[in-house]
Amino acid sequence: MNMTVSLILNFGLLVFLVAVALALARWRHLFPVAMLTGLFSLLSASLFTVLSAPDVALTEAAVGAGITTVLFLATFGLTRAREKPVESSRRLIGLAVTVITGAILVYASLDMPHFGAPDTPVQEHPLRHKYLVESQHEIHIPNTVTAVLGSYRGYDTLGEVAVVFTAGMAVLMLLGRGRRGRKRTKE
Amino acid sequence: MREHTVLRIVSQLVIAPMLLYALYVQFHGEYSPGGGFQAGVILATAIILYGLIFGVEAARAAVTPTLLRIGAAGGLLIYGGTGVATILLGGNFLDYDRLFAHGGQHYGLIIIELGVGITVASVMIAIFYVFAGRGRQDDPDNDEDHGRADDYDADDVS
Repeated sequence: MNMTVSLILNFGLLVFLVAVALALARWRHLFPVAMLTGLFSLLSASLFTVLSAPDVALTEAAVGAGITTVLFLATFGLTRAREKPVESSRRLIGLAVTVITGAILVYASLDMPHFGAPDTPVQEHPLRHKYLVESQHEIHIPNTVTAVLGSYRGYDTLGEVAVVFTAGMAVLMLLGRGRRGRKRTKE
Repeated sequence: MREHTVLRIVSQLVIAPMLLYALYVQFHGEYSPGGGFQAGVILATAIILYGLIFGVEAARAAVTPTLLRIGAAGGLLIYGGTGVATILLGGNFLDYDRLFAHGGQHYGLIIIELGVGITVASVMIAIFYVFAGRGRQDDPDNDEDHGRADDYDADDVS
């Protein structure tokens, strides 16, 4: 992609992300907040696509914009859909924590390589050649992401699937059993 | 949601292509973006959309919770079982080259991605069922639950 076009797209998407984040902070009612969170994920997914990370973009769009929004909405059906008013003293503490965390993150980002820099570890590390070039001859999988996830880092992915399974079972045990228990007491 | 004709018709049109796209992402993961995780989530999204439009009970009848439990464990077992199979064939854990004489890596990846997809889709749908099924349908005698999701009106924004 043309460098200027890419820069403009990046900048525009980042501006939209900040705008959505500010709108999120202002809203009291949680239904629009859930919708805006979905929009935030969709914008992030677009940003990942511009940055040539379609695998991450696909995940972000499906999980962030799709399933998370639905789960938020389903949760509002169980609890209240309106934020509780917070005392002003606690608001100040929250503001301080946010500012300090933000400052630390900005400070940490100063150490990161500049956008589009040619001499980053990602470009120069020997593993880059291993994964991007040699893997094509070693295991013949065109999509390097899948090759790394499934083959070179197969143990890690197995662990991740175990985490997804465990998390799902934990949710079913915590929330699913309560339902069945209530039914039993009714009978 | 009987009255939302537009929503019903559009989702009827969209759900089948979504399922197809999930299968494409699943089995084309070595060539194009995506893989088991993404495919599982897309499949789950299609079922969740069905549940949202036609009711959770209809979705639960189509994809039963028992099937989801078997799927969640079965996908993980397929992945781990592939690793054990490669050990039994004389290789290291998850050494796909042992599975077939030619293209062992390809087949191995397809199998484990299938495991990932089945587990992810099952877990996502199961979590949706648990969240969406609580409260309203199960205890109609509990008045507190009524109207909570519907109490939003547009001018209620600060």
